[in-house]
Amino acid sequence: MIIATLCGMGFGTSMMLKLFIDDILKVEGIKAETSPWDLGTFKGNKADIVVAPIDMEPHLRDYPAKIVLIKNLVDKAEIKEKILKAIRELS
Amino acid sequence: MHLEDLLIKNTIRAKLPLHTRDEIIQKAGELLMEADAIEPRYIQAMKKVLDELGPYCVIAPGIALLHARPEDGVKRACLSLQTLQDPVNFGHSTNDPVDLVFTLGAKDKKGHIEALAELAGFLSEEKFLQTARSFENSLTLQKEIFEYITTRK
Repeated sequence: MIIATLCGMGFGTSMMLKLFIDDILKVEGIKAETSPWDLGTFKGNKADIVVAPIDMEPHLRDYPAKIVLIKNLVDKAEIKEKILKAIRELS
Repeated sequence: MHLEDLLIKNTIRAKLPLHTRDEIIQKAGELLMEADAIEPRYIQAMKKVLDELGPYCVIAPGIALLHARPEDGVKRACLSLQTLQDPVNFGHSTNDPVDLVFTLGAKDKKGHIEALAELAGFLSEEKFLQTARSFENSLTLQKEIFEYITTRK
């Protein structure tokens, strides 16, 4: 499973999201590849789940993956609940 | 590189009377310029990023993380912090208004990651946010923030 995190440039917000998600997956014992993406290049890539800040929703409307939108990017509880729900729905 | 290496102490300022997004970016940029961490053009680049990509830089309630690209004029990896006297709206759907502003300058895509992870960890701690928000004096805030991040690992 590929989980992509998205932000405008691919090394700030998306990297923070990736690090939180890596921690969550490790604790839960879930194997998945996580990858930070930027808005400029992500459309050429494929992922099963894309995790993004909520205000990026307009950029993701047509994207063929499960979309997870996060309001508070440093709230581990919100990220955990939403990412685990998305993984469950896919498997 | 740890957070205390990335965060430039002199750029930490408390309760600044800034009233618009552009004023905030300008001031944050000037502080990083005084520290010789960025070129002037980085400030314009950050404004452009916000115009183009929208207000997603408001990463959590009240917290903005501003940045542009390494090639937009970053001289060394850096981070600044300002708190605002009055919270300012950035146009975010759920996390406005902003009263804590971090400004990042990355030298490449990887060098700042460890420090960024540490910052993300601290931002998820209510006690850190309280510390950041509670001081009126910049020198006191500098001292308290550095004490917090160097002792709480």
